[in-house]
Amino acid sequence: MLNYAGRRLLQLIPVLLGMTFIVFLIIRAIPGDPAQVILGQQATEDAVRALREQLGLDDPWYIQYFEYLTGLFTGDLGESLRTSTPVADEIWPYLAATIELSVFAIIIAIIVGVNAGIISAWFQNSWFDYTAMVLALVGVSMPIFWLGLMNQWIFSIELGVLPTTGRENVRDPVDPITHFYVIDTIIQGNFDQLAVVFRHLILPGTALATIPMAIIARMTRSSMLEVMRSDYIRTARAKGMKMFLVVYKHALKNAIIPVLTIIGLQMGLLLGGAILTETIFGWPGIGRYIYDAIGFRDYPVIQSGILVVAFIFVMINLFVDLLYSFVDPRIKYD
Amino acid sequence: MSKKKLWSFALMLLLALVTVLAACSSEEAAEGEAEGEAGEEEVQDTLIFGRGGDSVTLDPIGATDGESFKVTKNIFETLVNFGEQDTEVVPENMGLAESWEISEDGLTYTFDLREGVLFHDGTEFNAEAVVANFERWAAGGPDEFPYYGSMFGGFGDEEGHIIESVTAVDDYTVEFQLKRPSAPFLKNLAMSPFGIASPAAFEEFGEEFGSNPVGTGPFQFVEWQRNDTVTIERFEDYWQEGLPNLESIIFRAIPDNSARLNALLSGEIDLADGINPADAQTIADNPDLQLWERPSMNVGYLGFTTTREPFDDPLVRRALAYAIDKQAIVDAFFQGYAETAKNPLPPVIAGYNDEIEDYSYNPEKARELLAQAGYPDGFEMELWAMPVPRPYMPDGQKVAEAIQANLADVGVEAEIVSYEWATYLEKAQNGEADAFLLGWTGDNGDADNFLYVLLDKDNIGSNNYTRYSNDELHDILIEAQTETDEAKRAELYKRAQEIIHEDVPLVPLAHSTPLIAGDADITGYTPHPTGSDKLENVAFE
Repeated sequence: MLNYAGRRLLQLIPVLLGMTFIVFLIIRAIPGDPAQVILGQQATEDAVRALREQLGLDDPWYIQYFEYLTGLFTGDLGESLRTSTPVADEIWPYLAATIELSVFAIIIAIIVGVNAGIISAWFQNSWFDYTAMVLALVGVSMPIFWLGLMNQWIFSIELGVLPTTGRENVRDPVDPITHFYVIDTIIQGNFDQLAVVFRHLILPGTALATIPMAIIARMTRSSMLEVMRSDYIRTARAKGMKMFLVVYKHALKNAIIPVLTIIGLQMGLLLGGAILTETIFGWPGIGRYIYDAIGFRDYPVIQSGILVVAFIFVMINLFVDLLYSFVDPRIKYD
Repeated sequence: MSKKKLWSFALMLLLALVTVLAACSSEEAAEGEAEGEAGEEEVQDTLIFGRGGDSVTLDPIGATDGESFKVTKNIFETLVNFGEQDTEVVPENMGLAESWEISEDGLTYTFDLREGVLFHDGTEFNAEAVVANFERWAAGGPDEFPYYGSMFGGFGDEEGHIIESVTAVDDYTVEFQLKRPSAPFLKNLAMSPFGIASPAAFEEFGEEFGSNPVGTGPFQFVEWQRNDTVTIERFEDYWQEGLPNLESIIFRAIPDNSARLNALLSGEIDLADGINPADAQTIADNPDLQLWERPSMNVGYLGFTTTREPFDDPLVRRALAYAIDKQAIVDAFFQGYAETAKNPLPPVIAGYNDEIEDYSYNPEKARELLAQAGYPDGFEMELWAMPVPRPYMPDGQKVAEAIQANLADVGVEAEIVSYEWATYLEKAQNGEADAFLLGWTGDNGDADNFLYVLLDKDNIGSNNYTRYSNDELHDILIEAQTETDEAKRAELYKRAQEIIHEDVPLVPLAHSTPLIAGDADITGYTPHPTGSDKLENVAFE
């Protein structure tokens, strides 16, 4: 097992190297001059030339790339052109904000999605099954933009129960320690703030959860249906075992494996794909950090931001792979 | 059997849901009460200002973007000030200089500074502090202090740099010696980037000064959570007695216009800028909200690359000017929150030529002129449309479509083309477009900042996207730069606008009025044409 984990970790190196190179090439291929963009429309030609020189943008591409790589090995993610702050120093609060939102969303998606899938499979072709699957279809096709604004309209403006945007009550801001506000407020024992933080998580969390929830529900249902037809389930039922136990204990254990893969992939997608949700809900996460950087051609931020997200994506996949053997002892890595 | 179970499941789910909702709403009610109490007993003293983006830096001299100046305008003060809603510079506007004198030759400016002004770090504001600021800026470069270079012609010993020296005559008198007269000099000094910073603080923080700003303004810096909020609070020792009215201001970034309006409607923010013209009516109809129009200091235009055929022919350009129905564009895509433009600068600016008669919408005349120019059957062209909404043009694509239809009426077949924003600017700058939509928002309210910047031959490859080059115009604009008699300057600019009107390097389309919405009980808020507002007079009723 450890052996396998070590091997997988080694395999990461070429994957990550390839990733940095692709990201590097894609960005350099975009036409446009970062110095011009940073200095704005008013800038003189001299100013632009001076900035290009200072940033090393005039070096050949392979030297720029090599310097970036050597920097990475020393934990240097480059310096943001826009804020003149090392990316490594400023990236964490954004990343934490996105991770918190994504974890919240994936938890909702798993709880609702897996259960809806199970019940749909259990009571196949019942009204619940039909309703749930139609809802799931709607969920996958739902434009997040529209859903988010509608949720804001209903829950914040009409009902007045939930806040529309942001992570906290800005009049009473959370004192960041880890930048995971749920954890920070618990550490500080400030449960009023914890409630506020949770209420801020609900709208963006459910909006973000919608698509994965639907995908998970459909996957769970089809996987469950297959398992439910197998012999050992029939035997269990023939023994007179309670249906609930048959479904949740025996069937689920085998049916969950493909669902786990989907959950892992969705979690990765949430991290990088939260830009729309973050924009609508004013969530200061990594999606917006990278998105803003793209507008400014802030090369180091774009590269490092994508690299970090991609890195986490790869790590989650690794984790899910390792989880298989834990969930299903039939899978062995040696 | 299984049906029964399904129902019991459904029932359980419903129960759970009801419990959760009940828990939520009771908590909500409790909070609502607490807020209500605070609100009723004392007047609200924290303003939350919702805006589209975060600041780039809080060191004004390092910034070029409006979102940075929006904050620094309240932390820093300039030697001289613009008027409340105009760009006139007079001593009554309460800048850091009480009064000033300009020598006959326009080369020496002597400022009497206000006494008893403190920086937020407790150090004293005086002539030495002013000198230290200008020394810091002049020693920099275009990437550090972009606005210093572009407004004062360069840095240090550079040829173009117009400031010869800045000296402290005594504790509260500063003298500026210029290399040559510069008419917009005072207006430049009033610009947000030239806010006077505490020398002690910028020496201490160095490059970190942008996240630790210290000025003399009514508010001092508290905290900056990047991409989220900037918090500033009342400066107790502010020199204007009794100001500011508010205890603190929180600037909050909510990028999506609709989401920002939702946040305003639900009461999470008190003031929101970047209101879509389409939402203006909703706000006007809501008794809890009020709507402000920011006086326009911009122009949205259709530019022609005057070096490309057939746009090198003034007849063709004039023909297209007749073909475009500006009023229809303003009505449809600015929802009336704009006026049609006939000059490349807005009417609020001194030197605006109101005698110019705009090309009326007249397709007949347009066809006639095209025939005269040798294109009786029209021609094919590319029409470039901005990919992003700008304050001077909320929806470039739609405006382009309207113009496309107008041009089709006179036989000109335009294909709409668009690129990603930075690429768009670069390609247009290189003269790769036939005709393109673009605009400009003024920095200092001076005619020079529109006419010279947008249409002088010196700025080809920079902001003169039309690549229009006219020596007569150039001479007038250069003369106007050094002419210190305001009346004579205005005459020069009026003449310049006549030449531009005749040659039509661009068709001015509209001067838009950006919209701001806020709580009905806000008083003392006056949107400034430059886009950065001083908020010390703002209060809640």
